[in-house]
Amino acid sequence: MRSPLFFLICLIVGGAVFAAAVALGNDYYFFAGYVVLQYVVLSTAWNILGGYCGYVNFGSAAFFALGAYSTVALHRLYPLPIPAMLIAGGVVSGVVGFGMGYLTLRLRGAFFAIATLALAVVLETLIVNWEYVGGSRGAYIVRPESIGPFGNYIEYLFLIMMLLAVAAITAARVIERSRLGFGFATIRDDELAAEASGVPTLQLKLIATTMSGALMGMAGAPFPYYIGYLQPSSAFGLDYAVNSIAMPLIGGTTSWVGPLIGAILLGSLQQLATVTISSAVNLLIVGLLLVGFVIVAPNGIIGLVHKYLQRKPDDFVGRRHVDAEAPDRVPGPAP
Amino acid sequence: MTELLKIDNLGKRFVGFVALENISLAVAAGERVGLIGPNGSGKSTLVNCICGTLRNDTGSVRFDGHVLDGSTAHQRTRRGLARTFQLPRPFASLSLLDNMRIPLIYTVAARGIHRSGNEIEARCVELLREVGLEGKARRLPRDLTQVEMRKLELARAMAAEPKLLIADESMAGLTHSEIEEIITLLLRLNERGVTIILIEHIMRAVMSFSRRLVVLVSGRKIADGQPDDVMRNPEVERAYLG
Repeated sequence: MRSPLFFLICLIVGGAVFAAAVALGNDYYFFAGYVVLQYVVLSTAWNILGGYCGYVNFGSAAFFALGAYSTVALHRLYPLPIPAMLIAGGVVSGVVGFGMGYLTLRLRGAFFAIATLALAVVLETLIVNWEYVGGSRGAYIVRPESIGPFGNYIEYLFLIMMLLAVAAITAARVIERSRLGFGFATIRDDELAAEASGVPTLQLKLIATTMSGALMGMAGAPFPYYIGYLQPSSAFGLDYAVNSIAMPLIGGTTSWVGPLIGAILLGSLQQLATVTISSAVNLLIVGLLLVGFVIVAPNGIIGLVHKYLQRKPDDFVGRRHVDAEAPDRVPGPAP
Repeated sequence: MTELLKIDNLGKRFVGFVALENISLAVAAGERVGLIGPNGSGKSTLVNCICGTLRNDTGSVRFDGHVLDGSTAHQRTRRGLARTFQLPRPFASLSLLDNMRIPLIYTVAARGIHRSGNEIEARCVELLREVGLEGKARRLPRDLTQVEMRKLELARAMAAEPKLLIADESMAGLTHSEIEEIITLLLRLNERGVTIILIEHIMRAVMSFSRRLVVLVSGRKIADGQPDDVMRNPEVERAYLG
């Protein structure tokens, strides 16, 4: 399927979900849906670096928080519309992602993961000591009651996050099926062999950290408007770091579908647990599911589906559709 | 013949251990050179220094008129220097077809040779056919046997359309007939103008393939010349037989 068509279908699905939430007539669905969509963006962004390139980033919360604090800082300067905040948050987190990539990408495995964790700690310390954005006391953002045709501001935020999720999923799918996606896959499989095949691994890793960071920042940018009061402990919360890793792992990391499934499944479960039991059990759910998936389906739900399909006599592995009208776009890596 | 690769006084140390000491070597275009030496003699280190996986501490590497010192491995590949690894390193999550695709879209395209998606696919199939792996084009490398894995490694290096191919122990662990298959493949490649440096322990293969033999011992080049002459060299005999 062509990318514009895919984008259009995603928009239609997103529009249908929005219409369904409006029809239900309960603001809670917008609040809960916003969080799930935010995780769709976060897990898709994490997967660009972690899933496609094999570089595990434990600092997702830092990029998310940077996006959120960019909004707080800009809001104090001049309250711009949210789409502008989104771009600003994306740029700030993207630049930090690039810097992190440049400084740490000679590290691999656990060393890289620890370096990203350290980045989150350093950034949180900086924010805690930055009075302009509220420091350790936090900052209030008063959002308008309503905006334009939307009856409630949360509907607007939900729609913004829905559009961002659609954009993130489409971007991930385009990457996966492009020359860039092939390059990412070779980095994940064997960097030495990738270099020997002419793949500029360092450049590609920088592209991945920048893109991943920018998307995470964009996910965080509307957050101050959603929560109303932003403090470092909520923006740099462990939930973001853990969920953005757990969701792609549960869904499957080699395809754009994995993070989407993982985020919808885990995000919805967490929302359900929050209203029925307690928000404190959220991380317990993540932990239990992760243990379960490591035992039953180490390659996530997508891996489980592929395993089932591989049993079929018609071997699908590596089957690709070559787009005759877009010859420069080569098909993507096999799962 | 024109000089394709020129190594001058190349040296490499790992902390206190001297891996390579003042290695000088010139390889002309179209040559078939065998590089031999006991384990630990520095053959793979030399290959890694030539290909940019390791940085040489002293000396320089020139390839096709360009000084390669300071350039990365992928830049050297794009200049026409391809290699295979001692232990095959396929891209495990990609099908054989996609393994072939990587050098075509990253190396060949970087030289300004642009092919359409269909042309790339056709070229990948052609390369796989050449090494007898066409039937497994859509399979993953994990489905291959040892010799098939070696062939895939060679085919992927060939996909980069190199001027010089360094085959690092491409025949290790193979049977007699499998070795013959690989030698035939390398000879065919050489006939097309690709210069080949073969690093190998299997002397029968080295002697039948090489027109020139270079011997490394303890990081030093001790012999360089016609294979028969080199094998009669007392220093080489001493290094191999003690």
